[in-house]
Amino acid sequence: MLELKQLSKHFRKNRVLDAIDLSVANGERIALIGSNGAGKTTLIRCLLGEYVHEGSVLIQGLDPRLERARVLREVGFVPQLPPPLRMSVHELLRFTSELTDTPVAAMTAIAARLGLDLARVEHLPFAKLSGGQKQKVLIALALGRPCALLILDEPAANLDPEARHAFFDLLAEQTAARAITLLISSHRLDEVAPLVNRVVEMDMGRIVLDDRVADSTALDGKLTVRIVLSRAEEVIARALGQWGLSADATSLVWEGIIASPDRLRFIGMLSRYVGLIRRVAIEEQS
Amino acid sequence: MFNDLKPALRLEMTESLRARWFMLYALVFGGIVALLFAFGLTESRVLGFIGLSRLLVTYIQLVMAILPVFVLISTVRSVAGDREAGVFEYLLSLPVSLSGWFWGKLLGRFLMVFAPVFIAMFGAALWALISDIEIPWNIFLYYTGLLASLSWCFLGIAILISVLSRSADVAQGIAFMVWLVLLLFLDLILLGVMIQEQIPAEMAVSIALFNPLQTFRTAALMLFDPQLIVLGPAAFVLFDLFGTLGYQVFALLYPAAIGSLCALFAYRSFRKGDLL
Repeated sequence: MLELKQLSKHFRKNRVLDAIDLSVANGERIALIGSNGAGKTTLIRCLLGEYVHEGSVLIQGLDPRLERARVLREVGFVPQLPPPLRMSVHELLRFTSELTDTPVAAMTAIAARLGLDLARVEHLPFAKLSGGQKQKVLIALALGRPCALLILDEPAANLDPEARHAFFDLLAEQTAARAITLLISSHRLDEVAPLVNRVVEMDMGRIVLDDRVADSTALDGKLTVRIVLSRAEEVIARALGQWGLSADATSLVWEGIIASPDRLRFIGMLSRYVGLIRRVAIEEQS
Repeated sequence: MFNDLKPALRLEMTESLRARWFMLYALVFGGIVALLFAFGLTESRVLGFIGLSRLLVTYIQLVMAILPVFVLISTVRSVAGDREAGVFEYLLSLPVSLSGWFWGKLLGRFLMVFAPVFIAMFGAALWALISDIEIPWNIFLYYTGLLASLSWCFLGIAILISVLSRSADVAQGIAFMVWLVLLLFLDLILLGVMIQEQIPAEMAVSIALFNPLQTFRTAALMLFDPQLIVLGPAAFVLFDLFGTLGYQVFALLYPAAIGSLCALFAYRSFRKGDLL
């Protein structure tokens, strides 16, 4: 699917990518991690054919600089920061639909799964949407068309737990239906670890770790959660409510279901209220 | 390329329609024509110009002063600004060919730049028709061509500056300098001073010949002023050299050629370099 050979990129005297070799097979799910300035974004831009570079980049055997329309028809991209587009959501959908030969309905359906009714916001300028809404639109545009490679840059950062849940389900469906290759960029491994089966870490423009990880977490897996609190507090009640958990009459026992890939994030949230928690039970649903 | 050109063209036009620069731009040219009518310019006579001819010659002079700087600044700001803000990063990740994207954007912007200037002039002609004022159609048509040529010229220059500059601020500074230099080398301003200082006549004529603003101004006025009283010394030589028809054709083609060359060079640089 992806073949990078001696990929280097300079900005004047600054070497941002340093002779990167990377080979990715169809269907692999890769976490591209590294601190700010490690070279993740530059690497992604080289994959998208947006930068000239030394060395070679091939996606399905084609150079994205030379065959950009053919290559990018197979690539879905969700940027970390939504672009400040002045055009309306409707115009953006139409533009994408025309270029990718994908019906708008397919993207609308994905947005609906993420909890966004596009009919209600399509007349609004894209830039006027909330951060979460923008992210949902961009995910819908990427997942709503048939891609062989999905490049996602912190894709779920602005999503609420419910939308994250739906997003993981969508990824699971798409990867199950076709051998889609995922490349998910993040500066934190715990954010993306449950989604991937390979971790590539970058530092100073080089790959410093390339590791296969146990593919034990199903993207569409569910976890049953039961939390017992030592006392009822509004702050933790609000946080648990946002995760879709519901309380009993005493407001001390909370139960619900979370997405399996979200387990680390959920535990991270719980850790902020550790003094209020008496018991935690997390079980995989069979 | 043509499959991608249409969506890119439409996108640029809809983006422009939403932009503040376009609202201001359209308002300025519509406002100029309205003011010219309001001040009764069609009733007055200056240097033999009367009726709609009088209005058109005043309008075209104002356009020459406003259009280039407006096109330069708004285009370089929006193109370089979009690149800085990450708009290009996302839109160029979609399967659009670079030729379709570049020429679609350029043509879309050309239409948006030219339309308000033309519509304002066309509105004046319509009003004249209703008010039973004689319309000099030959001048109207020639001015339409001149305006299209001037718009394309400065759009080409602006897009070249945008592509070559790495930031919106730098691009804006360069665009302003280009406009200032061309303005200073108008026949009646710096060039007049140079002639006074007795620089070689060939140099003065060459500068006038190669300055698209001067070309536009000379061509716009020569239809009215065969003696070229209001033009300046270099233009007089040029007029003598080309003849009326020759200069009219030159004035239409030369700015368009500059714009096209700049656009082609910009496209080449855009294709060969980093897109962001």
